[in-house]
Amino acid sequence: MRQYFGRKLFIYGLTFVAAVTVNWVIPRFMPGDPVASMLARARVSQPEAVEAMRVYYTNLFGFDEPIWQQYLNFWGALFRGDFGISIYVFPVPVTDLIMGAVPYTLGLMIPAVLLSYWVGNRFGAFAARRKLLDNTVLPVGYVLTATPYMWLAVLLAWGFGVVAGWFPIAGGYSFSLTPSWSWTFFVDLLHHWALPFLSLFLVALGGWAIGMRNMIIYELESDYSNYLAALGAPAKLIRRYAYRNAILPQITGLALQLGVLVAGALVTEIVFSYPGIGSLILKAIQNQDFFLLQGSFMFIVIGVLVANFIIDIVYVLIDPRTRTGMAGAQA
Amino acid sequence: MSLRVSELRVHYKTLRGDVKALDGVSFTMDDGEILGLAGESGCGKTTLGKSLIRMDGRMRHVGGTVELDGRELPIGDDRAMNDYRFHEISLIPQYSMSAMNPTRRIGRMVTELLRSRGVTLDRKELESRIGMVGLPREVLDRYPIELSGGQKQRMVMVISTLLDPALLIADEITSALDVSTQKAVAKALLGFRDGGYVKSMIFITHDLALTSHIADTVMVMYAGKLAEKAPSEKLIKAPKHPYTKLLINSLPEIGVRYEERKLAGIPGSPPSLLNPPQGCRFRDRCPLAGDECAEEPPVNEIEPNHFVACWKA
Repeated sequence: MRQYFGRKLFIYGLTFVAAVTVNWVIPRFMPGDPVASMLARARVSQPEAVEAMRVYYTNLFGFDEPIWQQYLNFWGALFRGDFGISIYVFPVPVTDLIMGAVPYTLGLMIPAVLLSYWVGNRFGAFAARRKLLDNTVLPVGYVLTATPYMWLAVLLAWGFGVVAGWFPIAGGYSFSLTPSWSWTFFVDLLHHWALPFLSLFLVALGGWAIGMRNMIIYELESDYSNYLAALGAPAKLIRRYAYRNAILPQITGLALQLGVLVAGALVTEIVFSYPGIGSLILKAIQNQDFFLLQGSFMFIVIGVLVANFIIDIVYVLIDPRTRTGMAGAQA
Repeated sequence: MSLRVSELRVHYKTLRGDVKALDGVSFTMDDGEILGLAGESGCGKTTLGKSLIRMDGRMRHVGGTVELDGRELPIGDDRAMNDYRFHEISLIPQYSMSAMNPTRRIGRMVTELLRSRGVTLDRKELESRIGMVGLPREVLDRYPIELSGGQKQRMVMVISTLLDPALLIADEITSALDVSTQKAVAKALLGFRDGGYVKSMIFITHDLALTSHIADTVMVMYAGKLAEKAPSEKLIKAPKHPYTKLLINSLPEIGVRYEERKLAGIPGSPPSLLNPPQGCRFRDRCPLAGDECAEEPPVNEIEPNHFVACWKA
């Protein structure tokens, strides 16, 4: 058990280092100079003043040090939980910006991931081997899962927002309100949340339903199902066993899907101008805000790794065969 | 008379037409009898076994009846048949190695299975039967993956016979086992019968030699029909049907050097059951075939309990 988790943790550690490095490298290879754009925004015309500001900013962000020193500094700062200061909303620390956006992203992602997973699996399992449902679930599922997140988001925004006018199409809450712990604000929040959630939920739902339906059919063909049926076990019991065994590959699928879902959520946020990490990343890119970009990506990397680790643990808990594998057997 | 099968016809639906896998098979079995069912692949033995307990989706009950202890079995009706399964008729499947749910502890699976059939588990009885087949009682707390192939096989045997069925169908259960394990399994089967846990048993195999050790009666099938049925001793020593003779001749004997005497096989292969030929189905491969074989031979009881379907017998 310890060896298994030791190995897993080592692999996650390695992934983390690689991700952090890539994350540090990419913004620095983007064309353009963030300090220059800050100066341009400051609209200072005297060359001496511009020069003085350039030196000040370059020094502040550490751009005057050699590149390897910047890399080491980055790691050092990371362990202190310091992601630097935003260039775009100078001088707000990146951590504060991210913490402001995280609740929105998580509030969107977690219900969308878990609910689509739960409903999709249940529904797919229920539809398998039931002619009428199967014939409808399958095509609808394929269409849903093949739909790009942002396209469905745009469609929903247009249909329910612009044409029907039932839902607002932008923002996390109405501009007229200020965030507070009031009932009005909560309802307003929910109202804004509905469409982005729905677009994420529907696309993911299709994939889970189809995957589960196929897995259940496979499991119902398996030997243990046939044996139970030959001994007259009711379909309920056989389906329950099939479901439990079919869920195993679906859990692996969840681990694989997480990255895709995160990316989908980012784009959806941009479509709905939802104030989460996705919108933050867009602004960071537009303003060449290295630190904000790094911080946001870092948050995503950590999030996906932690989620995967949780899934690893869950897998061990529900599949006895992985436990045998841990003892060194080739299972 | 525990089992009476008369004129049983079971076809497989395929896109090219019906495959007549069982084409009018009749036989009877006594209480306590072990019937060995032998024949080549595709002769209908597994189809017969499946028909008696659970037909798969492609099988159709076309004609004939099956009576168990005087009651006719609704073999074509999957739902009605459920009352008989496990309680009256049980199965040890060909695929014992994978017959148990891999993600349930065996004890829990058995409990859940029994509860679903409206029976409460008698743990003591279960443990004593597990001991009978030589397994430790701890297997109940294990997952199927933690058992060896032979152990899984024996565990499935225990599960299948737990409700003391009147008829047990053992389908090719020794095919995947090595010789010493085969012997243990054969012993366990005889133990179940002698201990009164199962009344009668159909032992399906393609291994004639093994069948004759376990079975009281052996029935040889060919192309969906009965070829010969006789007490095992008689069938091995004095077979009447040319197919049985050839089958027995193709078995290797201990002490014979086959460099000197070539082991005889049966040339050719069984006919397609999609459109079986008229007359005797073995005609094309039979060394004795004559003109009368163009007509189908009836099943005759040439001696008490010795049935042969051949004009030349």
